[in-house]
Amino acid sequence: MLNYDLVVIGGGPAGMAAALRAHEKGVKKIIILERADSLGGILEQCIHTGFGLHYFGEELSGPEYAGRFITQVYDTDIDVKVDTMVLDISDDNVVTACNNFDGLLTIKATAVVLAMGCRERPRGALSIAGSRCSGIMTAGTAQKYVNIDGYMPGKTVVILGSGDIGLIMARRMTLEGAKVKAVCELMPYSGGLTRNIVQCLEDFGIPLRLSCTVVKTHGKDRLEGVTVANVDEHLKPIPGTEEYIPCDTLMLSVGLIPENELSKNAGVELDRITNGPSVDEYRQTVKPGVFACGNVLQVHDLVDYVTEESQIAGEGAARYIEGERADGEKVYTEGTNGVRYIVPQRINKNTDKDVKLYFRVGQVFRNVKLTVKCGDEVILSRPKKKMTPGEMENVLIKTDVIKRLPADSKITVSVEEA
Amino acid sequence: MTKREMVCVSCPIGCAITVELDDSGEVISVSGNSCKRGDAYARQECTHPERMLTSTVRVEGGNLPVVPVKSATPVPKEMLFDCMKEINKVSLKAPVHFGDVVIENILGTGVNIIATNEIY
Repeated sequence: MLNYDLVVIGGGPAGMAAALRAHEKGVKKIIILERADSLGGILEQCIHTGFGLHYFGEELSGPEYAGRFITQVYDTDIDVKVDTMVLDISDDNVVTACNNFDGLLTIKATAVVLAMGCRERPRGALSIAGSRCSGIMTAGTAQKYVNIDGYMPGKTVVILGSGDIGLIMARRMTLEGAKVKAVCELMPYSGGLTRNIVQCLEDFGIPLRLSCTVVKTHGKDRLEGVTVANVDEHLKPIPGTEEYIPCDTLMLSVGLIPENELSKNAGVELDRITNGPSVDEYRQTVKPGVFACGNVLQVHDLVDYVTEESQIAGEGAARYIEGERADGEKVYTEGTNGVRYIVPQRINKNTDKDVKLYFRVGQVFRNVKLTVKCGDEVILSRPKKKMTPGEMENVLIKTDVIKRLPADSKITVSVEEA
Repeated sequence: MTKREMVCVSCPIGCAITVELDDSGEVISVSGNSCKRGDAYARQECTHPERMLTSTVRVEGGNLPVVPVKSATPVPKEMLFDCMKEINKVSLKAPVHFGDVVIENILGTGVNIIATNEIY
């Protein structure tokens, strides 16, 4: 069995930032285990720009953003194993993994950082009628075909779901000469960033059809078309609104699911809204010494925020390895009245830093007030012009506020009328 | 005087910006932006809209068949498809490095198309 102070599972932006921060904080033996054949994670296929504006103050593409961290990792003595699949994390933090060089690996870890990211919700989760013809794929799969493998998966495209990857692919396919006929979104609002609606759809005259879904796919060997229909307020297709759209490709951009099979098996408690681990301000899960960050914890819009969060987890892991334990009094967080969830879910009262609460709202709000309370005490309240489910928000809670709140009290974040 | 509402695409925050224009189309004021990029974007958008362009270019003999590229700075929005045609004509030989100039001064815009990954 190998011994490491810190085992980081996943070599994407989250895993790399956590490992690098732990290294900076003096952790000696660190290893990153990555399932793919190189570090970088999903950024390698995200060739569009917009990454790094917050973190680096520059507009980088995905591979450029990842490249900066990959270089840093290889400049340290952090060990990296690629093509390596982690199978299990035991009760006492023994990580079992396998690859073609070492066979089965067991690694005793003082601390573990979960940074496995997320995966796309697949067709099977949607129950659309039709046969299993080719031409139906997730937007991320199409993105890999075009940007990494270098070929076009189709000529005429309908996209179901207005998540950011779908919007980005609408533009990418259009620039490469395909015709994107429509982006259909089940909800009455888009799940993607407003900037992507503007620069990926409006710029190219691609229609965004809200409250609309695909009810049937046509074609046996290859997709020939889809039937779309408008939906009512219960999201059920409205009879008589069906419309046939010929296309050879249907791309799905219908949500991302944090990849937590390992976490669940390891006894890490998950938040039922985020589907990611429930964590404290240093992103420590309920399992001592196990931390989580990036899209495995909560699905982010911006990689810059993934980096920020992962540095917090890396520092938390370093402090745990130094012997610090988070077993004191806590306060808890809760999203209410329009706020769907909050990360972190709990905060140690003796924390020595200000804590940013990250959250999403459940619907589009305009001209409202965002209020943070503990009991009847208003901690802060600020006007918001617009909040949408597609954009993650945050508020900063000061250390002195956290320290004076009663143990086991609850900090609530809610949307109120202005 | 006319008012134009727009969403800033300079970064993923996507500020809602209001621009006031006089009758000759000159910008009088910009509001709603949270940084100076937003101000510049709004003025540009009302006069000569520009966009960053990203795509891929063929590579022979590398570990992957294509390398991602970007325009080093934004190009005029109406030239995106013409620029794509130029980009699709190019074929490189491995290795390719971060920042390699793939097309110099594409279509006389003064903008270089550069590689954004390593191909070995």
